[in-house]
Amino acid sequence: MKNAQAYFKSPWRVLIFIVLVLATLIWLVPIMTSLVTSIRTFNDILYRGFISWPEEITLGNFKTAWERGGLSRYLPNSFIITIPSLLLTMLFSSMGAYALARFNFRGNRLIFFTFVGGMLLPFQVLMLPVFKLTDFLGLYDTYWGLIFFHTAFQLGFCSFMLRNYMRTVPGEILEAARIDGCSEFRIWWRIMLPLTLPAIAAVATLEFTWIFNDYLWAIILLRSEKLKPITAGLASLQGQFVTDWPVIVAGALLGTLPTLLVFLFLQRYFIEGLTLGATK
Amino acid sequence: MVRLRRNFLPYLFLAIPIIIYLVWVIGPMFYTFYLSLTNWDGLSSPQFIGFRNYERLFTDRVFFLSLTNNMKWLASFVTVPVVLGLALAMILNRAVPGEKFFKMSFYMPMVLAMVVSGLIWGWLYHPRGGLINNVLVGLGIVEKGPGWLSDRALALWSIIIVAIWRQVGYVMVLYLAGLKSINPEFLEAAKIDGANDWQVFQKVLLPLLMPVSVIVLVISVIDSLRAFDLVSVMTRGGPANSSSVLANYMYIQAFNNYRMGYAASIAVILFLISLVFIFIYLWRVMQDELEY
Repeated sequence: MKNAQAYFKSPWRVLIFIVLVLATLIWLVPIMTSLVTSIRTFNDILYRGFISWPEEITLGNFKTAWERGGLSRYLPNSFIITIPSLLLTMLFSSMGAYALARFNFRGNRLIFFTFVGGMLLPFQVLMLPVFKLTDFLGLYDTYWGLIFFHTAFQLGFCSFMLRNYMRTVPGEILEAARIDGCSEFRIWWRIMLPLTLPAIAAVATLEFTWIFNDYLWAIILLRSEKLKPITAGLASLQGQFVTDWPVIVAGALLGTLPTLLVFLFLQRYFIEGLTLGATK
Repeated sequence: MVRLRRNFLPYLFLAIPIIIYLVWVIGPMFYTFYLSLTNWDGLSSPQFIGFRNYERLFTDRVFFLSLTNNMKWLASFVTVPVVLGLALAMILNRAVPGEKFFKMSFYMPMVLAMVVSGLIWGWLYHPRGGLINNVLVGLGIVEKGPGWLSDRALALWSIIIVAIWRQVGYVMVLYLAGLKSINPEFLEAAKIDGANDWQVFQKVLLPLLMPVSVIVLVISVIDSLRAFDLVSVMTRGGPANSSSVLANYMYIQAFNNYRMGYAASIAVILFLISLVFIFIYLWRVMQDELEY
């Protein structure tokens, strides 16, 4: 309360605070509306108007989306795709980042800038060749086709972030290990990685939501309904329940639950990941 | 001997990442350039036709419509979320009561999948049952609410609003980090010299935030050129292509009309536009490198 008193010492602050509250409420409207919608029936909303006391409250929409809408398949698929992609990206990028951060060799800068530039590419420029390549490798319409692409594309961002962080680790620690006869792979695995853990946690949290939320690559590299992740699945759900909006909205809420939970529990890492690259 | 091994080592660490990156990212990028010079249906082998795809682009009405829509998206993105995000960052940079709750409310849209945001907002925009029209009619502002996503003049802007809703939190995060890294003594010094709040903001804070602003600009441009999911879920580019953006037009050309060569030429145009901003970003990273 002391804080509040200190904050509101000028009338301007009070005004700003009111505007802030209003803006926040507006920002939350879509989520609040979805929560309310998901527990009502479509007829109830249409005939009584959205702004009305619900006639009945039901969890049926969630059940319909989960069972008939196929979310019970789509949601596990998302994890089957996201988790290997995430592990592989973190493994390979932490290897590459170590070399880029800690060794002087020809091509260091070139490779580094290729990673940085690559992470900003518009996806569209990769779409057709990656589609063809995946098909060529016999990976079209398999989880692995998607996993390989995510791993490869996210390498750019992850190597960039981890490399910058690894450069801040004091060199004496590594030198000491070297003098003790530690192999470079052991130094990377036993010394560098533990020291880089804060950055790895931040980047991994961010990457989890990015890969989990991918839609474009899922619809390009997968065709079978039974392999689709939640994002592509929700688009199918929309086609299946064209007019039954409460079911669609309930599905969307269920589908976003994993990333929402990650955000709620790992918010600090998520935010750190976003700001790692922007400010030193 | 030891030296030789030391020189060889970094390449050992980099071998797998580089190979994967070359095969899945860098190689495909160049292959798209080649494809854009061919006629290809995705099944038979591509036939070289020179610059014919590009010539056709110049007379394609939908291509220009999509390009214009991308530019509208871009113009909205480098203004509205930047101003709102900076304003929010300024407000929330000091200890505001309930700070955590406010921040979280603006961050949350970022973690929702675009598809989820598109569906949720699609429902808000619903002509009869949606909240927006219910409020407008309820307050007596209009007699019958518009079809936000089915009206040619409104569809694109309705989608851009959703994109802005997502983007504000992102910009805010970046500016908050930027503000934290500013030494408060600079601001104190300016105040002691008799500058008022607006002058401090304009003459001291904004220039100090310049590096962050460059990043924000690049990210906004790249994101607006990548725009695909929202349009795909909310309107599929309709009605009558009025909300089409390049990414969606390209997708339709490639996977619905099987004109892959033509689609590749659209991708190349997108790439060339973003190249300018990729170089700005690289330049900015280079500055950091030199300082290091």
